[in-house]
Amino acid sequence: MFAPTSLNARNRRTQKLVKLLFLLMTLLLVLPVLMILGVLVARGGPMLSVEFLLTQPTKGMTAGGIFPALIGTVWLVAVALLVSVPVGVAAAVYLSEYAPENWLTRTINLAIINLAGVPSIVHALFGVGAFVLFFGFGTSILAASLTLAIMTLPVVIVATREALQAVPKAFREACWNMGATRWQTIRRVVLPNSISGILTGIILEVSRTAGETAPIMFTGAAFFLPFLPQSVFDQTMAMSLHLFVISTQVPGVPEGLPYGVALVLVLMVLAMNALSIGFRMWLRGRKKW
Amino acid sequence: MPAADRPRAAPAALDRRDLAWVVDKVVEILVFVGGVSAIVFIIGIFVFITGQGLGFITARLDPREFFGTTAWRPTSEVHPTYGILALIAGTASVTGLAMIVAVPFSLGAAIFIAEFATGKVRETLKVLVELLAAIPSVVWGFVGLSIMNPLIIDLFDVPVGLNVLNAGIILGLMAAPIMTTIAEDALKAVQDGYREAAEALGATRWQVIFKVVLPAAKNGLAAAILLGVGRGFGETMAVLMASGHSINLPTSVFDSVRALTATVAAELGETAVGSEHYRALFTIGIFLFMVTFLINLTADLIIRGTGSKR
Repeated sequence: MFAPTSLNARNRRTQKLVKLLFLLMTLLLVLPVLMILGVLVARGGPMLSVEFLLTQPTKGMTAGGIFPALIGTVWLVAVALLVSVPVGVAAAVYLSEYAPENWLTRTINLAIINLAGVPSIVHALFGVGAFVLFFGFGTSILAASLTLAIMTLPVVIVATREALQAVPKAFREACWNMGATRWQTIRRVVLPNSISGILTGIILEVSRTAGETAPIMFTGAAFFLPFLPQSVFDQTMAMSLHLFVISTQVPGVPEGLPYGVALVLVLMVLAMNALSIGFRMWLRGRKKW
Repeated sequence: MPAADRPRAAPAALDRRDLAWVVDKVVEILVFVGGVSAIVFIIGIFVFITGQGLGFITARLDPREFFGTTAWRPTSEVHPTYGILALIAGTASVTGLAMIVAVPFSLGAAIFIAEFATGKVRETLKVLVELLAAIPSVVWGFVGLSIMNPLIIDLFDVPVGLNVLNAGIILGLMAAPIMTTIAEDALKAVQDGYREAAEALGATRWQVIFKVVLPAAKNGLAAAILLGVGRGFGETMAVLMASGHSINLPTSVFDSVRALTATVAAELGETAVGSEHYRALFTIGIFLFMVTFLINLTADLIIRGTGSKR
């Protein structure tokens, strides 16, 4: 009664083919990443050792370890977070809990999209003009971290806003009905229920900040420094710039060394991302509403 | 303040200007400042780069030389010239090739993830796309330099592997995740009722996708492509390292080129603050800012356009 006609059969064949084609395109997109990771691990893996992580570069950066660059990246990320987290969370709280539907809110949203879309080198120019020269911080961790903070602000804002908006409206209404002020509601009900989502966003921002190169090139990161930074007004080495320098600017670098640096950088960034993704999945499984 | 201390009169009881009220107002102001900071920063970026570049624009800039000639010789002692046409061509060729690589694959991936994949497969693919987006641009540049470069020399028998092809492929892979994510959002935003109606009329899955879902999502897809273009246009480190960084009007994908962003990144460190060359680099920055601003604005308007119709 329901024997497939030739048309049915042809349609099914086409459908299978189309599905296969799209699967193939998707795989071609993600396979290169896996291949790149494979090459980095194969060529950079032998470089990795505790000594590599914990010693200074030597012989004009053609040998030795990456300790100052590693510590420098930690400094840059930490100072950047001190600025971007409070500002970003405040912005997200405003947009999610207070902002009315008007031209100002639309302008803020447009500004956020643009902060994320402006080329990183333009952020670098801004950092030079504003923090290095105008505010007189010189090339320092402070200037570089402020530049990074402004550049990655959209990551915090967008993630936090999403986390806040995932808290059901009824939670807030119940709290208001008890006579709580807006801020009491946010602090006691909205933030505790979204804190894990906000953390996920912050981890993601750490990953973004650690990998950026252009914004710190002229604002605070140095090619080579034989000592560790002592305050936010010192310059510092950084992992990302170190990879750029030893792979393009320094002659006679042994082939394995940049692979080792690239591998450490990628592992750092991917570990943060994996943490963030894992955290998000765990949250989704735990959610009670 | 304990409730007993408050005035008892009925209208005054509703008027609770206690500590909690004051804190509430202060916080409201603080978060408002946080919200507006994004606008302040974007204006600040424009003001500060213009402040540094203005000296060049008023004293030296000849738009016909700047945009119309290919001679970028800022360090010439006799007669420095500032023509960015070749740099624009470099950026355009690399971004163009990147889009040829990235658009079909990321739209294909978005369609697969949104329309075909389910459950674990879907989750895994989304995570992989996210990880693809996480790789820092300097690492992509390094990949172009040390993996793609010898590969292109071997495969195509050319003397140099740092060229439009190399940078274009790298940039395509970098722009693909953001395009895939936004395109997937656009496809997900198409109401299931559309799909159900088409399937009820006997359409197969791929007919539903091509005749119903894609047309309905076309604005979101256009915005995805536009944002990918913006990403490619503004990418700095990867292009600097993979494109060969030599001034050329490219005639084939095997020519080395130099991008606008890469020029600023490579030369700013070597210029004296306040010199003509330094201000010229900031002028390129202003141009980059304006173009990306326009791209983002257009993409935003397109996305908003689809939103209002539903």
